[in-house]
Amino acid sequence: MSKVRVLVGTRKGAFVLTSDGKREQWEISGPHFAGWEIYHLKGSPVDPNRLYCSQSSGWFGQMIQRSEDGGQTWEAVGNKFAYEGVPGTHQWYDGTPHPWEFKRVWHLEPSLSDVDTVYAGVEDAALFRSTDGGQSWGEMSGLRGHGSGPHWAPGAGGMCLHTILLDPSDEKRMYIAISAAGAFRTDDGGATWRPINKGLRSQYIPDPDAEVGHCVHHIAMHPSRPGTLFMQKHWDVMRSDNAGDLWQEVSGNLPTDFGFVIDVHAHEPETVYVVPIKSDGEHFPPDGKLRVYRSRTGGNEWEALSKGLPQENCYVNVLRDAMSVDQLDKCGVYFGTTGGQVYASSDAGDSWTAIVRDLPAVLSVEVQTLP
Amino acid sequence: MIRVELPGHLRTLARVQGDVRLEVEGAVTVRRVLDALEAKYPMLRGTIRDQVTQERRAFLRFFACEEDWSFESLDAVLPEAVASGREPLLVIGAVAGG
Repeated sequence: MSKVRVLVGTRKGAFVLTSDGKREQWEISGPHFAGWEIYHLKGSPVDPNRLYCSQSSGWFGQMIQRSEDGGQTWEAVGNKFAYEGVPGTHQWYDGTPHPWEFKRVWHLEPSLSDVDTVYAGVEDAALFRSTDGGQSWGEMSGLRGHGSGPHWAPGAGGMCLHTILLDPSDEKRMYIAISAAGAFRTDDGGATWRPINKGLRSQYIPDPDAEVGHCVHHIAMHPSRPGTLFMQKHWDVMRSDNAGDLWQEVSGNLPTDFGFVIDVHAHEPETVYVVPIKSDGEHFPPDGKLRVYRSRTGGNEWEALSKGLPQENCYVNVLRDAMSVDQLDKCGVYFGTTGGQVYASSDAGDSWTAIVRDLPAVLSVEVQTLP
Repeated sequence: MIRVELPGHLRTLARVQGDVRLEVEGAVTVRRVLDALEAKYPMLRGTIRDQVTQERRAFLRFFACEEDWSFESLDAVLPEAVASGREPLLVIGAVAGG
């Protein structure tokens, strides 16, 4: 029978949750790296026991940890993230130029084909790659070299590159997203990049239709349709059917189109999940009711999923990397909250259970489906 | 033999208990102690000083013989009591973060 492993990054350590394919009983190990911020951990699609983990601290900086046994033991690997050349400046909150400074790794994306290749999205925004299992890192400087870098600005969480999507049908195509610059795509393996933000409208920036400057919160893709992208922007849920060349809004009947997470059903490319959050000033669910919204039509028509979720006095947030799906049938959907709960649905969202309740604030959730 | 006392998180990271003991050639300075520390425990690279700028991390301080060495030159020679191992070089994390 298949197994499921859920990798949870929190403000104070990493946790690994495991279950058999029934997804009813869960074993919890952790905290790993107790006391450190774990922004993200993720397994290699090539070897699921190879995990990469971003461990950071305001005191001690950035560490990268690697596991060869599914998270039972870990080894510190390379943590030198040096921008290529003269880093230059980006825009600060007040509009003045501010030097590029490395702060942390937000997201690790292991290669689809090589266990030792892994990409890192960092703050201040840049993309790094390791081809030796994380021992050494080099900047893919074509991204910042695109030319719009001086106009990028931090969102409230910092100027982070938080989303990395690898196209399974074209190894040279990759998407990334930055708060608050927007989405970018490379079609040549990372040598050159172009912004893919046409159709996004952001009323909170001087030019709502600007080429860059949009606060993209997360992007999701179904591997069978790599040209179709779903985006949770600061405000607005968007989709593109041409690899980001043009976006259209699909917020439809959502109670609020602000939010952070977005993900796609493992077997239904037009089934999409979001967790609406009241507003950018009030980072909690509307009316104190935690509800996942599911669209089976690729957006616009959304249904509230609340069975098993708290429907009163709930004021948690669900951060951008804190939702994931498994590959089982029925598809499992998982998300973590800033209140320390990880909720799971083993029926594609129809009902939910807290598989762990009292962790530190959850920063990221990744799911592995194991043989 | 130089003794270095690390914050708890760094002891965990380096998988050591108690003081770290190091051999340092020549005059004992903070820079040479950190060089020896990072050579013996590579997982500590970047945790006390930034790997690119080589600057001390803002929330860490160096103390020796009850004196703050954080703002001295990294090449200033530490007291003989540290060089002889009678006193440790303390790496202390700021009490911050709530």
